[in-house]
Amino acid sequence: MIELKNINKTFKISKRNAGFTEALKTLFKKEYTYVHALKDVSFSIGTGEMVGYIGPNGAGKSSTIKIMSGILNPDSGECVIDGLTPWKNRREHVKHIGVVFGQRSQLWWDVPVIDSFELIRDIYKIDSITYRRNYDELVSILELDEIVRTPARQLSLGQRMRCEIAASLLHSPAILFLDEPTIGLDAVSKIAVREFIKKINHEHKTTVILTTHDMQDIEALTGRILLIGKGQILLDGSLSELKKRNSSYKTITLEFSAGNFKEIPGIIMNNKIDGHGVFQVDTGVLSISNAISELSKSADITDISVAGATVEEMVVSLYEEFKI
Amino acid sequence: MKKYLSFFRIRLINGLQYRTAAYAGIATQFAWGFMEILMFNAFYNADAAAFPMEFSQLTSYIWLQQAFLALFMTWFLDDEIFSAISSGNIAYELSRPIDLYTMWFTKNLAIRLSKAALRCMPILIVAAFLPRPYGIVLPANFLVFSVFLITMLLALFTVVAFCMLIYIATFYMLSPLGIRTAALSLTEFLSGAIIPLPFLPDNVRKIVEFTPFASMQNLPLRIYSGNIAGSEMLWSISLQVFWLTMLVLIGKLWIKKALKKVVVQGG
Repeated sequence: MIELKNINKTFKISKRNAGFTEALKTLFKKEYTYVHALKDVSFSIGTGEMVGYIGPNGAGKSSTIKIMSGILNPDSGECVIDGLTPWKNRREHVKHIGVVFGQRSQLWWDVPVIDSFELIRDIYKIDSITYRRNYDELVSILELDEIVRTPARQLSLGQRMRCEIAASLLHSPAILFLDEPTIGLDAVSKIAVREFIKKINHEHKTTVILTTHDMQDIEALTGRILLIGKGQILLDGSLSELKKRNSSYKTITLEFSAGNFKEIPGIIMNNKIDGHGVFQVDTGVLSISNAISELSKSADITDISVAGATVEEMVVSLYEEFKI
Repeated sequence: MKKYLSFFRIRLINGLQYRTAAYAGIATQFAWGFMEILMFNAFYNADAAAFPMEFSQLTSYIWLQQAFLALFMTWFLDDEIFSAISSGNIAYELSRPIDLYTMWFTKNLAIRLSKAALRCMPILIVAAFLPRPYGIVLPANFLVFSVFLITMLLALFTVVAFCMLIYIATFYMLSPLGIRTAALSLTEFLSGAIIPLPFLPDNVRKIVEFTPFASMQNLPLRIYSGNIAGSEMLWSISLQVFWLTMLVLIGKLWIKKALKKVVVQGG
């Protein structure tokens, strides 16, 4: 059970203009700006939930994760996770959480992965039966058999990320924070990682909080979305709610051999390169069948496809809506 | 405790891998040791009575210093810790149920011990076979030798406790470079790494011997050769224990304070 109430965090950032004289000036007088990374962030997440935490770069996603994992002290506000305040009871709190920072590594660079695993076993005081069980499970699901004896520095990014995730789960945490776990991975590895996250959430009732820029991650994994922008929670709801907000728009993609499109109310032409056109239809103004018939009047269509807005487009339109 | 022990073990094993670096280190330390001894030899030839240590005491000091350099060099700091702080990788270390101070302390001990283990034997063996007074002499008795070992361990702890302060200071700075350079030149001199402390003018020496730096290599190396003995030895060891306690205490309090306001850098 995670409960955040009115969390605020401000960072002091030093700034200067480019150039030598500017650099000299800052020796005597430093200029700072204050960035409100988080403004009154409140939400609560129940046990066993899987939540996608999304937002543009610099929105405050990582800061929130850091606060929830006890690494960062907020300026004000409350955060209670399973009865503990992370930054006040850091060592007690972190026993029950697992964290994966997609852009960092927790494996020791020069030693085989299995050595790192065993070190983690000792750090969390995992008893040997639990360790064996978790180890066997993680190794078989994540297919680590071939790679646990390799030093971390010789692994590919996808292999390493699978090991990182395994390393964060050896102590069977109740909550798993994943900060961009699929960053830089190829399609196959992404799918493997997603499948695995789904599985542990389902089988072990592990609460999963996931930040990502990859909308497919969100689509594949999470029922609930928290959208953050400029330090504020903008939307807390399900993916289908987000879709509903945008459902009045459909995208029609056409291949055509000849024709000239005139302006039709309710249809916005997004893109047209010889023989290929993308149109956005506002179904509140014009039904799809009408739109198709209007379009087919203007051109000789060879292929047509109709799609709802993708999650990516929805997020972009939400950004626009909230002006972030 | 077990977690720190296994951390110590993994670091130690890791450190023992770097054989080529060890060969290069041994070569450097031989060259340096011979140069120092040749230089002092010239001085002693001029007037041996003008110096505060016997020449054989001095050569023992120099060879032990070269053999155990890795234990005592204050400027030998762990880059991983610096980069963990400045890049934000410390996030992972903070997300574990461990005491950061103890873990870094253990890590530094392991790195230094593994480095020293690879280097000390060849130097000690060769130095033992060098003709008197150029080589290393055996300590006066077993008691002196055991006190030497104990103070050497305490000196290693003192060095690491001092380095911890440099690591913690990095939390407040963007780059560790400035503080490293400052710490390097000052502590090298004050700890007797450049010239043994007895060679300093009396007034200066008396002050320096009160600082924590005199509790580093100065103490065990001079105890070995019998330059410090008797009541002076007891006094120096008490001072060493005092400084070690102080440095650890300051470090622990400071890191607690630093972590409260730490900003984990990077996204």
